[in-house]
Amino acid sequence: MNGFRTILVRDLRLALRQGTDAAMVVAFFIIAIVLFPLGLGPEPKLLARIAPGLIGVTALLSAMLSLERLFQQDYEDGSLELFLINPNPLALQVCAKIAAHWLTTGLPLIAATPVLAVLLNLPTEAMPVLLLAMLLATPSLSLLGAVGASLTLGARRGGVLISLLVLPLYIPVLIFAVSAVDAVLLGQSARPHLLLLGAILAAALPLCPLAATAALRQSAD
Amino acid sequence: MTDRFAGSNLTCVRGGRLVFKNLAFALEKGEALVLRGANGTGKSSLLRLMAGLISPAEGTITWNDTSIASDPQTHAERIHYLGHKNALKSALTARENLTFWAGLHSTGATVGDALDALDINRLADLPARLLSSGETRRLALARLIANKTPLWLMDEPTVGLDQESVERLANLVSHHRTRGGMVVMSIHGNFPLENSRTLDLATRS
Repeated sequence: MNGFRTILVRDLRLALRQGTDAAMVVAFFIIAIVLFPLGLGPEPKLLARIAPGLIGVTALLSAMLSLERLFQQDYEDGSLELFLINPNPLALQVCAKIAAHWLTTGLPLIAATPVLAVLLNLPTEAMPVLLLAMLLATPSLSLLGAVGASLTLGARRGGVLISLLVLPLYIPVLIFAVSAVDAVLLGQSARPHLLLLGAILAAALPLCPLAATAALRQSAD
Repeated sequence: MTDRFAGSNLTCVRGGRLVFKNLAFALEKGEALVLRGANGTGKSSLLRLMAGLISPAEGTITWNDTSIASDPQTHAERIHYLGHKNALKSALTARENLTFWAGLHSTGATVGDALDALDINRLADLPARLLSSGETRRLALARLIANKTPLWLMDEPTVGLDQESVERLANLVSHHRTRGGMVVMSIHGNFPLENSRTLDLATRS
C-alpha cells in the first residue's frame, strides 16, 4: 500500500500546484448549469422538473473534460514507463491515480452541487438524495473514464476519442442517478435506484483498474 | 550466489519491422555491457526488452536462469531503467521528484546522498522546470543512487551532460560495479569505462 499512498500524494500535490486544471472542471460545471435558466427562461416549475437531469448530464460532461490529463502527462514525460516497471503492482498504482482524479474532480463537483440545485429551484427535500446519488455516481465516472483514458494514450485527438468511448458507458450511471432524484420528487422511494448506482460502483471498482492496467501495458509497445 | 543476467536467441519486432534477431548477451556481477550501433539498430529496443517494458518476439531473457517474464515484479526490484525521457514533473521540486521515485521502491532511500552524488543538492528545492537540460538529466540519474538495485539499464545517459558530469557518472558506474552491480548502457560518444564488453548492433550478422 506504500506505492498507493506515494502516488496519491504526488498527484494531489501536482493538482494543488497546477490548480487551474481542477478549478476549470468546477468552473465549467457552474457556468454550463447557469446557462440553462438563461436559455430556457426563469420559470421555476420547469427548472425544478428538469434540474436532476441537467445536473446529471452537466456533471458527467465536466468529469469527462478532465479525463485526458489522467494519464497523458505521465505518458508524455516517461513516468508511465517507470510505473510499468517498478516493484508495486500496476493495478494498485492505477487505483491511486483514479482516487486522486476523483478527489480533485468528483469531490469538487459534489461540493458545487447544492448551490446549483438551489439555483435551479430543486425542492430541498430532494437535496440529500441528489448528494448521495452524486457521491455514488462520481467515483464510477472516474473509474470508467480511466479505461477510456488509458485506451486512447498515444492517439491523435485523444480527447475527442475518449468522449466517444466513455459517454456510452456513462449512460447507466446517468439514468440511475437522475431517476433516484426523480423518485423523491414523485414521492416514491429512491432506494432501488441508489442500490443500482452502488452496484455499478461495486462492479467498476475491481474491473476498471484491471482493464486500464491492460491498456497501459499496451501503450508501452 | 553469483548473479547472472543473460538473453539468448532474442528477436525483436517493432510495428511489423524486424529490428534484430538471434541476439545473445550475458552479464555477471561487476560487468558492464556497452551497446553501440547507428540510429535504428535497436539499442533502445534491447534496453526496453531487458527492462521488461516490451517482450521479445522470440527468445528469453533470464536472471539466474529464471525467465524475467515469469516474475516481472521481482525483476522490477532488481533494475533501474533510465530512458530518453526523464520522468520528472516540472511543478515539483528536484527533491520532491526524487523522493517520489525513491518512495516507490521498497529498499531504504537515501535522497540526500543521491542529490550529493550528482552535485545537485544546491538545486534541491527549485521546481524542476527551472533546471537546465543537463541538470534535469542529472536529477534523473540521481534515481539510480537513491535506491540500490543490482542492474542499471541506461539509454544514452550522457545526453546533455557536461564533461564534469560525465566523469562523475563514470565514477558512479565504476563504484556500482565494484560493489557487484551490473550496467548496460547505450552510448554514442566516448565514455570512460574500464573492462567493459561491447555489443555492436550494427555489425552483428
